[in-house]
Amino acid sequence: MARIVFTANLERHIDCPANEAEGATVREALEAVFRTNERLRGYVLDDQSALRRHMAIVVDGKPLRDRVALSDPISAASAIYVLQALSGG
Amino acid sequence: MSDRLVVSTRKGLFTIERSGGAWRVAGADFLGDNVTLFFHDQRSGHDYAALNHGHFGAKLHRRTNGRWEEIAAPAYPPKPEGLIDRDGWGKDIPYSLINIFSLEAGGPDEDGFLWCGTIPGGLFHSRDHGETWELIRALWDHPKRQQWSGGGTDWPAIHSICVDPRDSAIVRIGISCGGVWETRDGGKTWACRADGMFAAFLPPEMSRDPNLQDPHCLVQSPSAPDRLWVQHHNGIFRSDDGSASWREIVDVPPSSFGFAVAVHPREPDTAWFAPAIKDERRIPVDGKLVVTRTRDGGQTFDVLREGLPQSHAYDVVYRHAMAIDESGDRLAFATTTGGLYLTEDQGDRWREISHTLPPAHAVRFAP
Repeated sequence: MARIVFTANLERHIDCPANEAEGATVREALEAVFRTNERLRGYVLDDQSALRRHMAIVVDGKPLRDRVALSDPISAASAIYVLQALSGG
Repeated sequence: MSDRLVVSTRKGLFTIERSGGAWRVAGADFLGDNVTLFFHDQRSGHDYAALNHGHFGAKLHRRTNGRWEEIAAPAYPPKPEGLIDRDGWGKDIPYSLINIFSLEAGGPDEDGFLWCGTIPGGLFHSRDHGETWELIRALWDHPKRQQWSGGGTDWPAIHSICVDPRDSAIVRIGISCGGVWETRDGGKTWACRADGMFAAFLPPEMSRDPNLQDPHCLVQSPSAPDRLWVQHHNGIFRSDDGSASWREIVDVPPSSFGFAVAVHPREPDTAWFAPAIKDERRIPVDGKLVVTRTRDGGQTFDVLREGLPQSHAYDVVYRHAMAIDESGDRLAFATTTGGLYLTEDQGDRWREISHTLPPAHAVRFAP
């Protein structure tokens, strides 16, 4: 299962420890996490379920390419980091 | 009189309390976070705080029996595939909550009913104390909504909501930039009500279009509800017929530009403003922080400065950052440079409560 780590600054607002989730894409893995932590969704995604403008995701060392559909493929060994972009703060 | 004042700032929500004749900072909530609005619902006793995190979006919190909890924030519906939805300047409108920009109670007969104005121009209501929110489709889907534009923000902002004290189904809202809109049936139908306003910054053929106006703040007299005041980008306007028509108030010293306006709870001719140099500079005239007051409906104004900084003051008072209590004697305002000032005699004399708060978005009195 892919490993998903959330920025520590999110912990100040909402409980979101590192998680493991199954899925073929970033979207599928994140949705698996959100199913058990619905409030977290709104901190990471906007009303249209796209990545928030000032958030960033890194998958296996590379920035997310599809910020709207989150369709970047992942493997069971992937590491997904959900971070704050250096903007908007 | 209200002995509690709540200040929403860039770095937290501050409660100021009066004790022994002095006003002191009594506590802070959400310290370090950007609190954009506070609202106390007298019907239920709930407090509400709107936050806007730089990265994580706009959120809403409710305090019940002293405990804050995050509740649902208004959310925009899915944007239909292929829909082109642009503002008055041709920019694509995001179907996403950018900011919570106004939050008010429904009428006293509408327990749990709240109105919420947002950026990018959606008006929402809740029937359950903010547990769930519903977009007012009649306004969002109105074809004239696409003529609105941002004014000081990237997108249209619903900043003022006035529920008519005579009939809770009559609601007027102020939009930057979209004029004043009115519903007389609880939100089912809407009409623009800004005839008489003008916007000198627009081409002449557009300047008097009611739907393009930039009212910065709209308030309604509680004692004479057909009287409304607007601090507009272009000056001060007054309506005596429930927003059907507006006329400009002229010859206002030292400036008629500003953002905030407050009206006396029982004297519709008495109102206060916080002037600044129009409009690109947006600093107090001559570096002197003053409040203006009219007691005769805008024919004449007092320039109130006793107790306010009169040298190198560069404070701006945002549209939600001046408040009056139910007595009509106490007013307070907070500024972009962290000043908080209060009067107990309708503005004749002011006292500085703090000059070290974070930049202030909003001020409210609370019980």
